[in-house]
Amino acid sequence: MNKVYNNRAWWLILPMLLLVAFSAVIPLMTVVNYSVQDVFDANTRFFTGTEWFREMLNDPGLQAALARQFAFSLTVLAIEVPLGIGIALIMPKKGWQASAVLILVTMPLLIPWNVVGSIWQIFTRGDIGLMGWSLRELGYGYNITASPVDAWATIILMDVWHWTPLIALLCFSGLRSIPDAYYQAARIDRASKWAVFRYIQLPKLTNVLVIGVLLRFMHSFMIYAEPFVLTGGGPGSSTTFLSQSLTTMAIGQQDLGPSAAFSLIYFLIILLVTWVFYTAIMNMQKDDNNKEA
Amino acid sequence: MSDSLPTTPDAVRQRAAAADNRRRRKARPASRQWRRRGLMTAYIVFVLLPIYWLLNMSFQSNTEILGGLTLWPESFTLEHYAKILTESSWYMGYVNSIAYVLMNMLISIAVALPAAYAFSRYKFIGDKHLFFWLLTNLMAPPAVFLLPYFQLYYTVGLFDTHIAVALAHCLFNIPLAVWILEGFMSGVPKEIDETAFIDGYSFPKFFVKIFIPMISSGIGVTLFFLFMFSWVELLLASTLTSTGAQPIASVMTQTKGASGIDWGALAAAGTLTILPGIVVVYFVRNHIAKGFALGRT
Repeated sequence: MNKVYNNRAWWLILPMLLLVAFSAVIPLMTVVNYSVQDVFDANTRFFTGTEWFREMLNDPGLQAALARQFAFSLTVLAIEVPLGIGIALIMPKKGWQASAVLILVTMPLLIPWNVVGSIWQIFTRGDIGLMGWSLRELGYGYNITASPVDAWATIILMDVWHWTPLIALLCFSGLRSIPDAYYQAARIDRASKWAVFRYIQLPKLTNVLVIGVLLRFMHSFMIYAEPFVLTGGGPGSSTTFLSQSLTTMAIGQQDLGPSAAFSLIYFLIILLVTWVFYTAIMNMQKDDNNKEA
Repeated sequence: MSDSLPTTPDAVRQRAAAADNRRRRKARPASRQWRRRGLMTAYIVFVLLPIYWLLNMSFQSNTEILGGLTLWPESFTLEHYAKILTESSWYMGYVNSIAYVLMNMLISIAVALPAAYAFSRYKFIGDKHLFFWLLTNLMAPPAVFLLPYFQLYYTVGLFDTHIAVALAHCLFNIPLAVWILEGFMSGVPKEIDETAFIDGYSFPKFFVKIFIPMISSGIGVTLFFLFMFSWVELLLASTLTSTGAQPIASVMTQTKGASGIDWGALAAAGTLTILPGIVVVYFVRNHIAKGFALGRT
């Protein structure tokens, strides 16, 4: 669309800007402030420069949490994105089934995150949970409080259960916005099912997928409540992700300086990954457009 | 396709229909349809199973829950629901959650609408940077902001109020709303704005009377996402409240009593948190099914 150059548009932005700035800039500045100081009490504080940052970057516990975090985010993305697209393709499109399936599929998304944790806690317990009990009956010594493998598998299964609907929902909507004429043209060309998917459906899904993948990456990187309720970060620290390490440090141990420095590093990592991803996708689209033109 | 075939719209449509019939007869036997339904059913079972288990447990007495595994409630009881709906410490949790979610939806959509309009229609100094900065707020982990938020809202005297949580959730909900709405608004041809201005509409009148009805399904979808992300968030909501505006999600942590976890009450409370979501999806289902392509196209 041809946009008009007009700086008065700032007036339309202003209310939004003030509100978001109140919620974002002031707290962020507080964090920056803490990250370069050592606070003893309200009146005694020392300027420490980059000391906290160095300390945090060299902390083996945090490095391990970061590695776990990346492993987790990449795994759930690799499962949820293809699965979500698949679900969107087989969801019914008309009639009462379409509404019913839509509501059922969306349900996990609208459950508060710690309730999701509770649901899976109840579901996977060996004594009273359907899944835990069944696995034990089948002869597998399933135990998420003792076996890191079980804990990991369960958290990933929970995340797939919880978030695949987001990808499915966005893709379903994207698919519904493709005009029928495209499919008619494909039928005339006797395009195969795969060709229809590759050259008609997938390109139309790019936009929703960008949003879906970005949201999924960000949320999986910030995951807190679900594993906290389900495993409490254990066994040991095998499922302690970044958010939980940070919260323990900031609220539990009151280490303001280090946790502020850690917060900033954490934020910057998410920012960097998202920016790389965003730019890569935008460039790919630009290339596609140039080819067409 | 060879060039000799007629290309009038009618002929093309006929050929499409013929190809359709051929395909229906040949390439899509009934078994394929059934496989599709089978897969869909399998996925829905996967989605519903944990929820069924929660529901099952919420109708059982605590002795039955701990007494052994039963696939459906044998001594059907509503005691947990009765407890939640009569004790104010429980049901106020729902009232508080719904109160701050509604406030947040109202605030977010009110400021996001004009902002999204500006992004979709005008170029101005710093627009691209501003848009990316907005998106970065979506990425800010709530854990990072816990402590500063607590201090900020405590200082301005908003601690333990609904509006504090509503404002805090604006951090990620306003950028999301701008992002989604901008996509919908860019789909409305600019000629409509211009025609309205030529017809003598003032900007506010045009915006409310013409533009907003045109993107109503976009607003519906946006409200759905706003509800979703505000309703499910716990970390900020429970940090910014203590007793006066405590959300249901943190009330639920009280079930860990001295005598262990009150599983029945936990399950019943969990079940009740699912209901508002179902109501909201029910209202927007047609907007979603109609199809939308988010983002800049």
